Amino acid sequence: MSLNLKKGVNRQSAYNLRDPNIDYEAAHTLSIIVDNESGVLARVIGLFSGRGYNIDSLTVAEIDHSGHRSRITIVTSGTPKVINQIKAQLNRMVPVHEVIDLTLKGKAVQRELAIFKVNGTGNQRVEALRLADVFRAKVVDSTLKSFTFELTGNSEKIDAFAELMEPLGLLEMARTGIVALLRGHNSS
Amino acid sequence: MKSSKEKITGAEIVIKALIEQGVDTVFGYPGGAILPVYDELFQQKKIRHILVRHEQAATHAAEGYARSTGKIGVVFVTSGPGATNSVTGLTDALMDSVPIVVISGQVPTFMIGNDAFQEADTVGITRPCTKHNWLVKDTNKLAETIHKAFHVAKTGRPGPVLVDIPKDVQFASGCYTKKKKVSTDFFKSELSIDPNLLVETVQRLEKASKPIIYSGGGVINSGEKAVNLLRKLVSKTNFPITSTLMGLGSYPASGNNWLGMLGMHGTYEANMSMHDCDFMLCVGARFDDRITGRIDAFSPSSFKVHIDIDPSSINKNVTVDVPLIGDVSIILEELIAAWEKRGSKVSTQKLGQWWKEIGEWKNVKSLKYTNSSSVIKPQYALQKLEEHTRGHNRYISTEVGQHQMWAAQFMGFEEPNRWMTSGGLGTMGYGFPASIGIQVAHPKSLVINVAGEASWLMNMQELGTAVQYRLPVKQFILNNERLGMVRQWQELLHGERYSHSWSDALPDFEKLAEAYGIKGIRCEDPAKLDDAIKAMLDYPGPVIFDCLVEKHENCFPMIPSGKAHNEMILGEKTQSDNISDQGAVLV
Repeated sequence: MSLNLKKGVNRQSAYNLRDPNIDYEAAHTLSIIVDNESGVLARVIGLFSGRGYNIDSLTVAEIDHSGHRSRITIVTSGTPKVINQIKAQLNRMVPVHEVIDLTLKGKAVQRELAIFKVNGTGNQRVEALRLADVFRAKVVDSTLKSFTFELTGNSEKIDAFAELMEPLGLLEMARTGIVALLRGHNSS
Repeated sequence: MKSSKEKITGAEIVIKALIEQGVDTVFGYPGGAILPVYDELFQQKKIRHILVRHEQAATHAAEGYARSTGKIGVVFVTSGPGATNSVTGLTDALMDSVPIVVISGQVPTFMIGNDAFQEADTVGITRPCTKHNWLVKDTNKLAETIHKAFHVAKTGRPGPVLVDIPKDVQFASGCYTKKKKVSTDFFKSELSIDPNLLVETVQRLEKASKPIIYSGGGVINSGEKAVNLLRKLVSKTNFPITSTLMGLGSYPASGNNWLGMLGMHGTYEANMSMHDCDFMLCVGARFDDRITGRIDAFSPSSFKVHIDIDPSSINKNVTVDVPLIGDVSIILEELIAAWEKRGSKVSTQKLGQWWKEIGEWKNVKSLKYTNSSSVIKPQYALQKLEEHTRGHNRYISTEVGQHQMWAAQFMGFEEPNRWMTSGGLGTMGYGFPASIGIQVAHPKSLVINVAGEASWLMNMQELGTAVQYRLPVKQFILNNERLGMVRQWQELLHGERYSHSWSDALPDFEKLAEAYGIKGIRCEDPAKLDDAIKAMLDYPGPVIFDCLVEKHENCFPMIPSGKAHNEMILGEKTQSDNISDQGAVLV
């Protein structure tokens, strides 16, 4: 009564069988208002890792000091079904007050801040400074053979600047990840 | 938040808050970090403490208590190993939506993070297996936190919570906050009934030619009102109804419209009806993979309405046409009212045809098995157990495996809260401690744990608890000296290579019972089974019933992994190459 199975089939992962979400994947920016209590970020991140959701970018800081509320901005990607799951799962967490899908709600201002350290001398150094001016990056520190630039903008702008700095002696960079708010006069 | 000015110790606050919450029973095990609470427990008479023999058992006992009463189960454990041992029970309760509150001791606040003796990051470890958890660092916030914990455990979809209390917080003095002073606004149950969707549901219901109602544990969690409304809806519409493992008892097994359980080991008629239906009303169930089988072939032509209190259950596994979010009792009430307002119509003629079709599936008699006069078949043992206990004031718990599925198939549940089993997590070792929790809650009732010998051994230490508290729990062990379900899968899928799936070095269960001063019964002759079961029922104390059964019996019917509802295996003879390569990798 044994079944004739090919050898080795059990080495496959069940998760590779078929993609249950054949729909298209899209990036969504979620703004999550939470109680700023100990462990709250771990809860949110644990939800994403535990259920296998992506985190493309994450920022968090307290935005209401007297009410101890923080805003977590997460850029995630998934099919509409997965995005809905993520929002439903976040919404049922006790310290989560509100989950706003900025991608669905309208146009949002999305910004990142990045700091670049670029080493160079001579023409290279001049070129870096000229490009920084074009990108409206600020020089926040300098030595005779380096510049440290601060740049704010959307992620594509940061990426583009990083790409230009690469051949001009980009040593290292740090970026914050996206913060975002809805455009217009209404609150998110 | 105002508090009374009088200061009491943290440990006193714990006991006072539990009493205010109406707690009368706690399951637990003391240890260094929770000693102040145990000291307070000793000095009062309102809360009864049941000393278990392992913390995992405390959580399962609390689950059994909660599920058989509808109340919240409470557990005390100490820090470190006490807390880590409770993790399985917490996860089990989360999966099966059982409200329990675990109070864990923790090392003093000033030692947290120092790798202190019996220190573990309890809130970190239990974060993914609770609805919410709290580490309380201030005695003044202790009462408030405990009240909040009870609120979260029972609000919305019920589940487990944990409150971790460092020892210095238990010793320190603080103010007590009364329950009514604690705002519950921070966590509410969702309700969203779109009147248009309700009307659409009713229209579909009226026109349905092949309807089915598929109910789950949510009906039982919602309570008596939801159960009565469900029964009313079934009897007034004359729709067929099937339930998940967790939903058994919400509709009586003796009811006319009952198709039996659905899913992997559900009846042929239930699964075929699910597959062929054109209108599905899912009431408090969550389209679990044990239920759906192959998801892309699940009930392909039906209009699906999903009633669930948890919005995250909607469209998680199966995309539905109409979600109705909220408590089952509220939604069913609205739904029935809307339907009655329009004249309580159904498509009677088409429904008659549908019942005829279902009748043909019923005639397949998918639960049939070949009986034997020389060896006890497990199905036969359960049929006999059912026969002798039907009509009793009876509660059944189970372990996990073949015996569990057979119990679900062969025992009839007429009322909710009478059937306690580990569904979502599938925790071997659940049944014995759960039976203890049930018996504590219902001292005069008949409590039977239907077990397999392998599962039962996982928490057999609880014999001590049963004996200490004179809990007359009956341990009905279907002993096939195998890990039956593992063995079955190895037979079907792994070339009959029975890798580590036999129970070697089993104890002599009669002597084990004797060692604890209780009754042991062994039965291996089908002819003597009736008398043996009667002897078990007649004995006033705990019994270990070692029922030696056929060792190689397989549990049928079965939807093989990766197959659809209409591709069930009915029994040994009908199968060949039933599981595909792809199905073989699924669990």
